[in-house]
Amino acid sequence: MIVWEDVEVSYDGRSVLGPVTVGVADGEWLALIGPNGAGKTTLIKTAVGVVAFGGKVSFGGRQMRMGLDVAWMPQRPHLPEEMGVADYVMLGRTPHLGFLAAETKHDVETVYLALEKLDLLEFARRPLGTLSGGEAQRAVLARALAQEAPVLLLDEPTASLDIGHAVEVLDVVDQLRREEGLTVVTAAHDLTLAGRYADRLLLLSGGRVVADGGPGDVLTESHLKAHYGAGIRVIDDHDGPIVVPMRYKGT
Amino acid sequence: MGVGVVSVLAAAAFSSTVGAAGLDPGSVARALIDALPGVSLDSGLSVVQTSILFEIRLPRVVLGAIVGAVLALAGASYQGVFRNALADPYLLGVAAGSGLGATVAIGVSGEPALLAPFAFVGGMAAVGITYALGRSVGGRSATSLILAGVAVSAFATAIQTYLIQRNSDTLREVYAWILGRLVTVGWRDVLQLLPYAVIASAVMFGSRRLLDVLSIGDDEAGALGVDVGRVRAVVVIAATLATAAAVSVSGLIGFVGIIVPHTVRLLFGWSYRVIVPLSILFGSSFLMLADVAARSLVAPAELPIGVLTAFFGAPFFLLVLRTMRGPT
Repeated sequence: MIVWEDVEVSYDGRSVLGPVTVGVADGEWLALIGPNGAGKTTLIKTAVGVVAFGGKVSFGGRQMRMGLDVAWMPQRPHLPEEMGVADYVMLGRTPHLGFLAAETKHDVETVYLALEKLDLLEFARRPLGTLSGGEAQRAVLARALAQEAPVLLLDEPTASLDIGHAVEVLDVVDQLRREEGLTVVTAAHDLTLAGRYADRLLLLSGGRVVADGGPGDVLTESHLKAHYGAGIRVIDDHDGPIVVPMRYKGT
Repeated sequence: MGVGVVSVLAAAAFSSTVGAAGLDPGSVARALIDALPGVSLDSGLSVVQTSILFEIRLPRVVLGAIVGAVLALAGASYQGVFRNALADPYLLGVAAGSGLGATVAIGVSGEPALLAPFAFVGGMAAVGITYALGRSVGGRSATSLILAGVAVSAFATAIQTYLIQRNSDTLREVYAWILGRLVTVGWRDVLQLLPYAVIASAVMFGSRRLLDVLSIGDDEAGALGVDVGRVRAVVVIAATLATAAAVSVSGLIGFVGIIVPHTVRLLFGWSYRVIVPLSILFGSSFLMLADVAARSLVAPAELPIGVLTAFFGAPFFLLVLRTMRGPT
């Protein structure tokens, strides 16, 4: 179980997040939603130690071990153009290697297993710079997977993908979660997709948690209107809520 | 890797046999084999010639090999930790600091023997100030460190220029040092430099995989459990120590630290696991060959080696760049 406890972040004395307290159970999928600047990305970043924060993030009741407990897929990952896909995925093994340690057979196997799961075997030797948006996204996910961390933190994993590829990537994540018992935390802009895949949604606004619960409880017109602004309709479908934008008509 | 080793051996053999004393290559080879323990062979060289070979020429060849290796290695290290293709071994102010130290040693004290130690101290002091300034302005950001290096370099160069203007009689000697030279006094310079070169090589060799991890950025490397600040500090300190030691004996030899790692990268790929060892090997052979040219092109006079590394290195580099980046 990963737990954020009274986590607060401020830049130049201006509070941008929290205090937020939230726990995610093992095997659960939590989607962080909320308008731009709500603090979704910041909350994720506190768990990987790339922003300074107050409060505590723990895993399994103890202090977080960097690289071993959580694997992070940033919103805009840095992809060195010339690096091959397999080499890039191998970087995910870093937390398991000592300062001088060479990669073992197990590391190589883990990398190829991750490539296989994300359908990237044929791209293993291709430079990252030659991949399409969807392929690159899968490569980043493969690297996160190769870390063999029990928690995946995915910051807008489908941001640059068309709807077909978005569903494909989320299906893979969901399948991995079931097979490996992974805990998944995603920051999401597409509310309908978030509702389809996540067990639980956390609506952030202005750095605070304003709603927390199942898709049906959080994706309501009143919540979304209050925090995203007017012009949103929620249609109930038997698979979960469908969120659609309404167009303002000029008067 | 084999290519690199062969190039070092070939360059070493070639540069041991070329020089003002006109030693016969066959005799040099026999003398070298004769010097191996347990082997006895008549080289046909006179006592004077043997002593020229072992006390003047060989130390110079070895010094060239070490300085070249250090500069190329330091260049590769800086390019890795700062993720900046333009980073060179002199990036953080080593060159300007050493230059100031050398100027003070010659211009103010008038004692040439103080040049090397003063240059070393000057270089390390400049990098120390750069590091302190960079940290105070921008924490652990690489950009603030590079900018601090630019400021410290400009400042040290200003003082150096002022001192040279005030003591114009020393200008020539300082100038000769600035252009780089591999004139040695036997094995002493080699022994002075060797420990730094060994330490830097060991540190870089140990960090080569981490440099690959750094190529995905500080944040992502940090999330993979890498202590980015510590890696950067260790690598920079090792590379800087070795550079300052090299500069203090050989002066400012430009371009090696940029050209060699980039050529290796263009020919053999992006990974520092390849770039680090091959930069050491090709840096060595490149500088040994440049030194052959330095002492034979206008023999019996010598050209400053820094002029040659730039003169031959830059066009070669452009050629490699064109070939690799051209339409494929």
